[in-house]
Amino acid sequence: MKIIVPIKQVPETAAVKMDEKTGTMVREGVEAIINPLDLYGLELAIELREKFGGEVTALSMGPPKAETALREAMAMGCDRGVLLSDKAFAGADTWATSYTLATAIGKLGEFDLIICGERATDGDTGQVGPAIASFLGLPVATYISKFEERREGAVRVHRLVEDGYEVLDVRLPCVLTVVKEVSNPRLPTLGGKIKARQSEIPVWTAASIGADPEKLGLKGSPTRVVKIHKPKVSRQCTKMAASDEASADKAVEALVEFLDKRDLI
Amino acid sequence: MNWEGVWILAEQRGGRVQRISHELLTRGRELADKRGGKLTALLLGRAVEQADLDELIARGADRVLLVEDEALENFRPEPYMQVCRRMIEKYRPEIIIAGATSLGRTLMPFLAVQVNAGLTADCTILDIEPETGNLLQTRPAIGGNILATIKTPEARPQMATVRPQSTRPAAKQAGRRGEIVRETAAGVDLSSGVALVRFVGNEDAVNISDARKVVAGGHGFRTSEKFRMVYELAELMQAAVGGSRDAVDRAWITYPHQVGLSGKTVTPGLYIAIGISGAIQHLAGMQTAETIVAINNDPEAMIFNVADFGIVGDLNEIVPRLIARLKERRKAAR
Ligand SMILES: Cc1cc2nc3c(=O)[nH]c(=O)nc-3n(C[C@H](O)[C@H](O)[C@H](O)COP(=O)(O)OP(=O)(O)OC[C@H]3O[C@@H](n4cnc5c(N)ncnc54)[C@H](O)[C@@H]3O)c2cc1C
Ligand SMILES: Nc1ncnc2c1ncn2[C@@H]1O[C@H](COP(=O)(O)O)[C@@H](O)[C@H]1O
Repeated sequence: MKIIVPIKQVPETAAVKMDEKTGTMVREGVEAIINPLDLYGLELAIELREKFGGEVTALSMGPPKAETALREAMAMGCDRGVLLSDKAFAGADTWATSYTLATAIGKLGEFDLIICGERATDGDTGQVGPAIASFLGLPVATYISKFEERREGAVRVHRLVEDGYEVLDVRLPCVLTVVKEVSNPRLPTLGGKIKARQSEIPVWTAASIGADPEKLGLKGSPTRVVKIHKPKVSRQCTKMAASDEASADKAVEALVEFLDKRDLI
Repeated sequence: MNWEGVWILAEQRGGRVQRISHELLTRGRELADKRGGKLTALLLGRAVEQADLDELIARGADRVLLVEDEALENFRPEPYMQVCRRMIEKYRPEIIIAGATSLGRTLMPFLAVQVNAGLTADCTILDIEPETGNLLQTRPAIGGNILATIKTPEARPQMATVRPQSTRPAAKQAGRRGEIVRETAAGVDLSSGVALVRFVGNEDAVNISDARKVVAGGHGFRTSEKFRMVYELAELMQAAVGGSRDAVDRAWITYPHQVGLSGKTVTPGLYIAIGISGAIQHLAGMQTAETIVAINNDPEAMIFNVADFGIVGDLNEIVPRLIARLKERRKAAR
């Protein structure tokens, strides 16, 4: 199977700062990692290749340093990495991001599967996977928790929904977005790291993928962030200590009263 | 022709309209009134109950646009997208909102690309900018640490998904009038590369993303036997059961119940966190709950920072007392 895994490099800590003026994230000084939820997609892709043969390509759009994310993916076992990096891509919302990724995927040649993470921990939209499918005119199945089997021209997968899961047959080629349950990501091996270090990672630009400049980056993004603000912390925690039986009884009683007042029992 | 009117994307399962649709009516009504336009509920399905259609009107829709077809019985991205696209091209709504559900979060991005629309995920606040009439879409970002307000200045329609449980369902108004317009899917390509083989329901019926109350347990329970107390308490409170990643990793509860960054985001009316430290990744999934209660023996635990009511103490002392107290009440009420 030929599999493409779009991965995003995201800031490591949850302590990311925002530039209040531009409404964009300040990435300087924060360690960058592969979006943790993309690791499950990478692992699944590598397992499928081990089973059925083929090739796994990790694809990332980002600044030049996103190359390290691709090398990490290769150290895990991906066959190749492709970086999409160009000033013209900057400031893209999910529409422009998926347009760019889809256009690049069109240049990668034939493939069977595209596997995305459920969502990126920074942007946190989960929109890019289905949007890539839409640009490429492919079927999409989201929230995949299990890859059951490969069938004739299709894959059988489990899709988590609110009250259970759906067993779906999805025609190939297609896009899957996966949740954590789908796999247990492996750690990079030493051999993998060496191979990753020695590999060439091609950098593709807007021109090399033949993208329409009007559809890229901030210019190609229908949405604009207009304001960033801190949520009002209006919570005033009533804290009760329960250190012995009497105070535990009192605290439970107070809690029940509290819930009662808010009509929550 | 101008783009006008507010649409909500109603959801049905098995021909019955889902609660999220009524929550969307609350949002949609507000927006339509502010913008001065009509509120439409678009509904795709097959053999939808008439009473449920009437109810959409009673709860605030001016018009129900109904498209019924065998191929639309269950959600599949391509046929749903094709039908929505056809309806958008025909009626040109200015705003479309859907639930941030497994359906909405899949269909909306798939559709937005086709109609060249901007889309904002997971909004908790929606408003109209008075000067321009643009939709202001506010959503928590970066693990809920900030709120970002987003707008779509040029592209139409303006699309957004809204977190389930982030607002109350619109109330029914007796005698409210509206029209039900049946549209046909004839001529629309309803084929799909996705085939439903079967559906497997959760063993426990309550699902956490759209539960009104959630009782969640974490590592503080220490053993899976002790963790059973979470279930017992949840049952008494008629709440869904949630867990921290620690609880899921220890297999005290299954992954669909995980709350947080790599699990589900919940916005219930009440969230009770017991033996959960309140790591930033956990908070990301629950801090927008209306009321938060925390039980933890560490007075410095982060969870207290987002709680409205906290008990500092040993859960082994507190939870059994709370359970006993609730049972008493239940008896007294009979
Ligand atoms: C990329 C990434 C994604 C993640 N995603 C998630 C996610 O989706 N959801 C999630 O929950 N976590 C997530 N985590 C993990 C998160 O960082 C925490 O490790 C996890 O939430 C901790 O779970 P916990 O609060 O149950 O356990 P702990 O942090 O061990 O907390 C247990 C708490 O119980 C209290 N306690 C102990 N004994 C008692 C007692 N007898 N009575 C009362 N209180 C007691 C302790 O004081 C402590 O505060 C993620 C981490 C990463 C890196
Ligand atoms: N810049 C990017 N480069 C590569 N893949 C991406 C990028 N942004 C998003 N993705 C993929 O799309 C998924 C969903 O991201 P998002 O819609 O931003 O939450 C991620 O888990 C990745 O698989």
